[in-house]
Amino acid sequence: MKLSLLTAPSAIVVGASLGGLDALCFLLDRLPASFPLPLLVVQHRSADDDGLLVAALRAAGHLPVREPQAGEPIATGGVLLAPAAYHLLVEPGPTTGLSADPPVCAARPSVDVLFESAAEVYGPRLLALILTGEGRDGSAGMQRVYAAGGAAIVQDPRQAAAASMPGHARRAVPQAEILPLAGIVTRLLAFADQAPAVRRAPAGRRQ
Amino acid sequence: MPRDALEDIEIRLLLEAVKLRYGHDFTAYSPVSLKRRLRHWLSESDYDNFSQAQAAILRHAAEFDGLLSSITVNVSEMFRQPPMFRALRQHVLPFLRTFPHVKIWVAGCATGEEAYSLAILLHEEGLAPRCRIYATDLNERVLQEARAGIFPLDRVRRYTRNYLESGGRGDFSDYYSARYEHAIFAAHLRRNMVFAAHSLVSDGEFGEMHLILCCNVLIYFTAPLADRVVKLFTGCLRPGGYLALGARESLNHRSCRADYSEVESGLALYRRAYEA
Repeated sequence: MKLSLLTAPSAIVVGASLGGLDALCFLLDRLPASFPLPLLVVQHRSADDDGLLVAALRAAGHLPVREPQAGEPIATGGVLLAPAAYHLLVEPGPTTGLSADPPVCAARPSVDVLFESAAEVYGPRLLALILTGEGRDGSAGMQRVYAAGGAAIVQDPRQAAAASMPGHARRAVPQAEILPLAGIVTRLLAFADQAPAVRRAPAGRRQ
Repeated sequence: MPRDALEDIEIRLLLEAVKLRYGHDFTAYSPVSLKRRLRHWLSESDYDNFSQAQAAILRHAAEFDGLLSSITVNVSEMFRQPPMFRALRQHVLPFLRTFPHVKIWVAGCATGEEAYSLAILLHEEGLAPRCRIYATDLNERVLQEARAGIFPLDRVRRYTRNYLESGGRGDFSDYYSARYEHAIFAAHLRRNMVFAAHSLVSDGEFGEMHLILCCNVLIYFTAPLADRVVKLFTGCLRPGGYLALGARESLNHRSCRADYSEVESGLALYRRAYEA
């Protein structure tokens, strides 16, 4: 675990609920194909949701989008989307983890589960972003990211389609930066610029 | 020392203690996910930290039973993956029909939903009398629940929907009787079922199976343990036999991948090759 902390490149974790699809599409449209950091995304979705969300996010921008299986290396840019009915986690490696554990904050996938696990593995090399949504999922996770030294950004609740999730996150982490979507794009690009060089996973590496 | 670093030490010691005392080894479970479950258990317990809990767990088996259920039980539902059950009907049952006796292993059966779903399917296809379903789990407490075959009545609607989507040919209500807030599965479904304790981590092969179901178990294991388990399956799956995994699982990164072919793309249903 210690070793992976030293060598893991940075990552960005994103949580969104109601209204999240539009917000995610806005961001993905403005991130270049060369964006070097992985974006791990939880968008609240129903258990029997099929491939529609993946297709929408693929069409929205230039980054590859996929729903990972457990144990895949998290290496370079691209969107890793939490699949329907499973929590997405970060495990040492860093690799992806999945769990069919009960919902957290009435959600599976849950933002808290992703954020807490990512904080565990990435420590300070992490940026957590809460977008529009209802409910308080993500607040506890964002507190952990911040406590581990990571950066916290919350979409300005006044400009979010649903204000309660970013509102809760802002109260949970008062130090979080509050930004409109356009400002978030700028911040993500800057974070990628400062991030330590991203290394590709060596070819043929066993996971 | 930061609180988290201290907790990591406590968890390592607890897992070591559990291994020595009870023989259950969780050290090859995916650590972050396991830690989440452990923390959840601690938050609902009377203990302030894992050091305190460890003393009680070592001395009282009942405390350990609670911990074991909390960190290993995977809640499931009847016919959870309708496409998988449709594929079993279509691809696997014709193969099973060619044998006078059929052995099926549901590995990590928890409270038995997959095993009962399979029993219903075999019943409808007229195969039940010649099939034996071995449903195993490392946790005796959930095996007792599985044996009882009782489930909360409020799940019936969802189960019925899954049953129909999975190609059910009868009426789901034929398979249970309702009593108060609960439903109990028809006794004939249990007739050819054997429930037994078995640990995928430490126990060996048993029997020569025609079909193995193991859903949402491998996702909780690190790669070396997942490899070990698939190797175990390969060892007790007869050539041409089938292996069914959870919706988000696959053999893609497993060392035994070459021993199997995919039955239908996008579905975690595999067939063991006849000859290497």
